[in-house]
Amino acid sequence: MVGLEHYLGVAAALFVIGIFGLFLNRKNVIILLMSIELMLLAVNINLVAFSSYSGDLVGQVFTLFVLTVAAAEAAIGLAILVCFFRNRGTIAVEDVNVMKG
Amino acid sequence: MISQDISVVLPEIVLAVYAMAALMVGVYTSKDKLAGVILWATAAMFTIVGLWIAFAGPGTQTAFNGMFNDDAFARFAKVVILLSAAAVLVMGQDYMEKRDLLRFEYPILITLAVVGMMMMVSAGDLMALYVGLELQSLALYVVASLHRDSVRSTEAGLKYFVLGALSSGLLLYGASLTYGFAGTTQFAGIMSTMHGGHASLGLLFGMVFIASGLAFKVSAAPFHMWTPDVYEGSPTPVTAFFATAPKVAAMGLFARVLHDAFGGVTADWSQIIALLSVVSMFLGAIAAIGQKNIKRLMAYSSIAHMGFALMGLASGTVFGVQAMLVYIAIYVTMNIGTFAFILSLEKDGKAVTDISALNQYAKAEPLRALAMLVLLFSLAGVPPMLGFFGKFYVLQAAVNAGMSWLAVAGVIASVIGAFYYLRIVYFMYFGEENDDALDGGISPVLTAGLMASAVIMLVGIVNLFGVEPLAAAAAQALVN
Repeated sequence: MVGLEHYLGVAAALFVIGIFGLFLNRKNVIILLMSIELMLLAVNINLVAFSSYSGDLVGQVFTLFVLTVAAAEAAIGLAILVCFFRNRGTIAVEDVNVMKG
Repeated sequence: MISQDISVVLPEIVLAVYAMAALMVGVYTSKDKLAGVILWATAAMFTIVGLWIAFAGPGTQTAFNGMFNDDAFARFAKVVILLSAAAVLVMGQDYMEKRDLLRFEYPILITLAVVGMMMMVSAGDLMALYVGLELQSLALYVVASLHRDSVRSTEAGLKYFVLGALSSGLLLYGASLTYGFAGTTQFAGIMSTMHGGHASLGLLFGMVFIASGLAFKVSAAPFHMWTPDVYEGSPTPVTAFFATAPKVAAMGLFARVLHDAFGGVTADWSQIIALLSVVSMFLGAIAAIGQKNIKRLMAYSSIAHMGFALMGLASGTVFGVQAMLVYIAIYVTMNIGTFAFILSLEKDGKAVTDISALNQYAKAEPLRALAMLVLLFSLAGVPPMLGFFGKFYVLQAAVNAGMSWLAVAGVIASVIGAFYYLRIVYFMYFGEENDDALDGGISPVLTAGLMASAVIMLVGIVNLFGVEPLAAAAAQALVN
């Protein structure tokens, strides 16, 4: 029997993988975008699992909002990335270094 | 029922409709030729809506089943947000035009960000919180990279986007845990699940995640790493905007979540906020010392100031929220003047951000140097400038709440921080002789912003322009 805790476990694992993807990745900014998406999807699993467990629809409504905003966020991220690529000619993470910090 | 709800959110709806109408006008007419007109119209719109909210009747109203609150706290924050956004928008016009940056999207994106901020400070539900926050953030990511032919500006946008998305992810994970363990997304419902100062472990986890997500947005250390780069890389008018309105909105949201949703476990979160406050104050004070770029310096300065504002919040009392609101209002006023000064710095038509360019500035421009001196003293918290009273308020709140150690740490950090503000004063008055002086011309709007802000710092000590009772009423409405 698959219970609530299994879903929460999967979501937590995906969330942590997403965070590690952001910090350990040294290659490509696209991978950063994928990691961000992974984090948001982990949150969605959490919300839907809680919603179905407690029989309350609000969590699924929240999920729809998150999905919509995540799509907008990805669009803006890619747009900024395209501008960056035009100026810099590369999208490697280690080349995002004109300013120290 | 629905018409009553709509009448509560009418200011936001008006601004959102205005943004869309302005977008249509911009796209279907002459594009960027109208940008100046749209910019001034937007600033006028902000002022009108700000006055409308300021003079709306007292009392508390909620809309959409408690998702949206219209109370004294929200109104206070909204008026500060709208008026500061209008001031910054108008001040930046000249700078943007000279550098061919004034696109019609700029005021429209700012309008959308402001609508998001108004949602944030009024949020009464985790969903409203998230949507408001994202509306603000998504617009700000774009304005950070507004100078799209500049490597620095696009890099600033990219860094801001990646770290901002990470913070939204943290916040959202916390929201999902809170929803799961409280069974509701409404702040009032979350509050009612806590009894006698205890919350379930899941709720506490959720609260910690939400707090760290919001700490990113207010750029409190240790979640501050995006701030210096974004401040340095963005066009200066955009930096001026980042340093004012979004900070008010994020602090307002922080206070609202902690007091409305987690007000039952004040003792638990006040330690977290106190820690954030101490680390931010010291990091802001120490890291700014070595900076040569005045925009980077202002970034560290804003980190330190957010530390002081969080000190008010950490005390967890009504007076603490009042102190935070007074502090934020003073901080925004100081920053408007300081950025008016930074915007006016140019040599041969090129913007200058190097601090060493200010050598002997007082000889060429005595009046402006004097105004900047007042502002810097105020930022450092030297009495009798207004900035001192802001710091005095938050220190008093911390002492009253039995956190004297936090107040002592604040005083020490403020003394360290005074060094780099006074260093700029030293350069302006006693710096080395400098043969290539800065350009003398300055637009009247910038002069007005700089002088008005400096005069407020001096005259405001009489009665703080009546902000104090308003902040008290706002704090009373929030904490109950």
